[in-house]
Amino acid sequence: MSLLTTLARLEAVRSGRAEPLATVRHRHLSERPMVLVPLTAAGESGAPLAVMLGTDRDAPRLHLVPQPLNRTLRFDFLAALAADLLPYLESFGEDVEQIEGSEKDPETGEKTQVFRELCTDAPQLIVPNAAGVHHLALIGRSTRFRRTAEDAEPGPHPAPLRVPLLGRWLTHLTDRAQVPGSSLLLPMTGLLARHWATGQSHLEDQHLAARLAWHFPPPGLTGAQAAELAESERDEHGQLVHPPAGPATDPAFDAGVLAPAIARYDAAVNALQHSTEQGDEAAAEHARAAVRSAVEHLERALRAVLLPTWRDVWQGLDLLRTLPPAGHLEERWTGDRWSYTGHRDRLAAGEPPQPRQDDAVTAARKLAQREREQARLDVQEALDDPLAMAEHRLSGEAFSGVVTEVVLEYDTTGRSPKPRPLVTLRTADRPHADLGREAHRVHGPSAQKARIVAVDPAEGTVTLRVLSGMGRKKEPEPGSLPEPGEPVTFTLFELTVRQSAPLPEPDDTPWTHGGPPGTAPVAGPSATGPSATVAASEDWE
Amino acid sequence: MMSEQPPGAAADAAVARILAATVHPSAGAPRGVVVDSPPGAGKSTLVVRAARELVAAGERLMIVAQTNGQVDDLVGRLAEKAPELTIGRLHAADSRPGPEVLRHANVTPSDKVADLVEQDVVISTSAKWQWVRAEAPWRHAIVDEAYQMRSDALLAVARLFERALFVGDPGQLDPFTVVGTEQWAGLSYDPSSSAVVTMLAHNPQIEPHRLPVSWRLPASAAPLISRAFYPYTPFRSGTGPEDRRLTPAVRPDGSALDAVIDRAAEHGWALLELPARHTVRTDPQAVAAVAATVRRLLERGLTARSEQGEAPLTADRIAVGTAHRDQAAAVRAALLKVGVPVDGTTGPAVTVDTANRLQGREYDVTVVLHPLSGRPDATAFHLETGRLCVLASRHRHACIVVARAGIAELLDEHPSTEPVQLGVPVAFPDGWEANHQVLEHLSGHRVHLR
Repeated sequence: MSLLTTLARLEAVRSGRAEPLATVRHRHLSERPMVLVPLTAAGESGAPLAVMLGTDRDAPRLHLVPQPLNRTLRFDFLAALAADLLPYLESFGEDVEQIEGSEKDPETGEKTQVFRELCTDAPQLIVPNAAGVHHLALIGRSTRFRRTAEDAEPGPHPAPLRVPLLGRWLTHLTDRAQVPGSSLLLPMTGLLARHWATGQSHLEDQHLAARLAWHFPPPGLTGAQAAELAESERDEHGQLVHPPAGPATDPAFDAGVLAPAIARYDAAVNALQHSTEQGDEAAAEHARAAVRSAVEHLERALRAVLLPTWRDVWQGLDLLRTLPPAGHLEERWTGDRWSYTGHRDRLAAGEPPQPRQDDAVTAARKLAQREREQARLDVQEALDDPLAMAEHRLSGEAFSGVVTEVVLEYDTTGRSPKPRPLVTLRTADRPHADLGREAHRVHGPSAQKARIVAVDPAEGTVTLRVLSGMGRKKEPEPGSLPEPGEPVTFTLFELTVRQSAPLPEPDDTPWTHGGPPGTAPVAGPSATGPSATVAASEDWE
Repeated sequence: MMSEQPPGAAADAAVARILAATVHPSAGAPRGVVVDSPPGAGKSTLVVRAARELVAAGERLMIVAQTNGQVDDLVGRLAEKAPELTIGRLHAADSRPGPEVLRHANVTPSDKVADLVEQDVVISTSAKWQWVRAEAPWRHAIVDEAYQMRSDALLAVARLFERALFVGDPGQLDPFTVVGTEQWAGLSYDPSSSAVVTMLAHNPQIEPHRLPVSWRLPASAAPLISRAFYPYTPFRSGTGPEDRRLTPAVRPDGSALDAVIDRAAEHGWALLELPARHTVRTDPQAVAAVAATVRRLLERGLTARSEQGEAPLTADRIAVGTAHRDQAAAVRAALLKVGVPVDGTTGPAVTVDTANRLQGREYDVTVVLHPLSGRPDATAFHLETGRLCVLASRHRHACIVVARAGIAELLDEHPSTEPVQLGVPVAFPDGWEANHQVLEHLSGHRVHLR
């Protein structure tokens, strides 16, 4: 945690309200985001219980599993979720633009012009918190290999047709969510934490309602009091007034509301089965009504615990929309669009689902991509937001000041003299400005590199020799150098992100990493091959 | 168990086994040879000898090190100890190697590997090797500081060689990344794990060799470091308790600083303890105490006597180690303020750096700002075994630790809470236990500073 963030948190404690950490919004927000609030059943990892979703805050749709242990009902639920979510995800695949690029012929080395399709927009899923992202990843993992009736060997329990496809989309979205700065799938608590500091711990900040309490404390209450109320206030039945944002539910809700409602459903189903076996049509009719009523009862209970979080997520979106978008959002969203388009194309090409585990090369590639994107994100946030840059200035990795002097000097060691002017600036910052260190000018007319040649901490001056970004002529291009009196900022870190080194193709995986995938299985828990085999036996109902 | 063999003979036998396995592998022998080396066990000497013998056997060879500093060190050492070798120093286009490397006649620098393929030995960083497109791969490679190398870097360079000697210190800092990698935890080829760990997982027939003797650590330090950080692979000091002596020329003035210096000179360890307090990372009082200690070390004109001879303790034989870069910067500024040189380009100067950058370096006396000093919490970063191990094992004579009181209580309040991942071997010792061991030993050499 940076010193500035710590300070903001301390200020939040004192003011009793959330304090800003950013002056602009650092994540893309879609015009039409899909808000999705999942709930999981206690006792079984990743067992879905219900989900509330929709793109209209006034029209949330609810899907639920009346008996979470029943696999048939779970897959009915997943089929309903797929039918609801897939049209949204697929709706962005039609509208494309053509992006010009060039492709090198591997034989002749000749470059040819090619056009690639890029979807003009992409879907965006907003879940309440990071645990929600993890839950979607679990659903993706448990469904993308399921066989359906369309498979050659559907097995004893074929899944509904579109469920594996849902699993592949969820896997793609949750995998993409690991890429720093990506915005296809975002947790609301993470979004808020990036932009505001509260006076509570990071763990407490994972509770969406408690977090929002710092933004909107009721009159007469501080943020801390309001947060505590949001976390712990219970009604006369012992139920939380503001249920947690899930996916795990409150144990008091499980015991006091959910378990009796599920028991009532089970009893109604048993009665229906019994009366059907007996051929008692009147009793069956009665039991069918009882089942319907039990499901409606469950719906009411689950809607009641989901709606507060649903509203919270939308309130969070409102809050984020009050911030102006950062300058580099468009660029990073284009990366998300490429990611979306790529997945669309892989589906269209009939490729198999994402493997259960990445192979060595894929894992290394993903890690390289994430590190690259993290570096890019850090730089872009600093460039977009003076508060983000202030963190770097405070840690001595950047400095801002006013130019006091510009002296034109030349490097005459080459054939023609090159301009190597000296720029002196006065700064109140205390950078780790070791002599000879490279510095990079922020918001210059072009990328400009300089070297620190003199530092006077007593006077607060730093002198730099400008090395580039002045054009190719003998004299620096007009406007390429800062003028005396002009405010400037330099960073001691590079403002462009380095390329990642090339990695071998998976088929060329070297002996140090086990050779090409599938050739030499390694003992241990990672011994699973890339092929996906469904567990041999499974309790189904 | 420790053998009764004298340390020199035990070390020689280990080196002979390693060289035989590297230079003359038996038919069907695994393609990798791994050497685990505790701090100062002659790793660099081994690398030089292996390079000489491989070249003498008619091989050309590539060497992979992890940082430019390590590469330059190695080039300098090779050029000096093995003048018969021709050495290519492959460097990045925007970073020329240091002048002390280029003064050797047998070293050829270039940023293009094509200019160097004829050289007996080509040395570069793993970051640079990853970009090399070689038509004819080398048969042999030596990977230095291999435990510091990340698995994904090895993945990118392994195509360049057929066989490799991996040399490194398993007790030092693990490679790291700033992004989440939980998704690959437990995979044998987790790209964020160490290159050696991955390579051994895929080549289980390889038995790592060990260097059993630390020539750097004095008799006062080797048992503690071995017990705290290498509990299952013990090593010993190559020198006895009488072989190393630190003697000050100036009598103590009765201050806490002098008391701590005298303790360190006598026992090899000392703890300068400040009153308990939660502070910012760059705790001004602790930083000032570090700077004052270093200054006093220089003022008192210490003489370091060892098996290598007698030499005055000059600034370039002292290092200050910290956990964070901003702490190092603060110490550097504080040292400048009290008139201690910290810029090596203008003469002998004290080295001030983080644990990560001090890896593989050696000094007579080190002053360490304890990673947990003044902290309200003990995070995985600050508890990491390797960090403390690096900081506590750079010295030939003495190590002075500067810390706020209350670290033991802090440790007790923060047992490690990292989630257990399936398939990830549990690292022993854990940072919590190692920290307690070192602290307990230090508490016997404590001096209070008010």
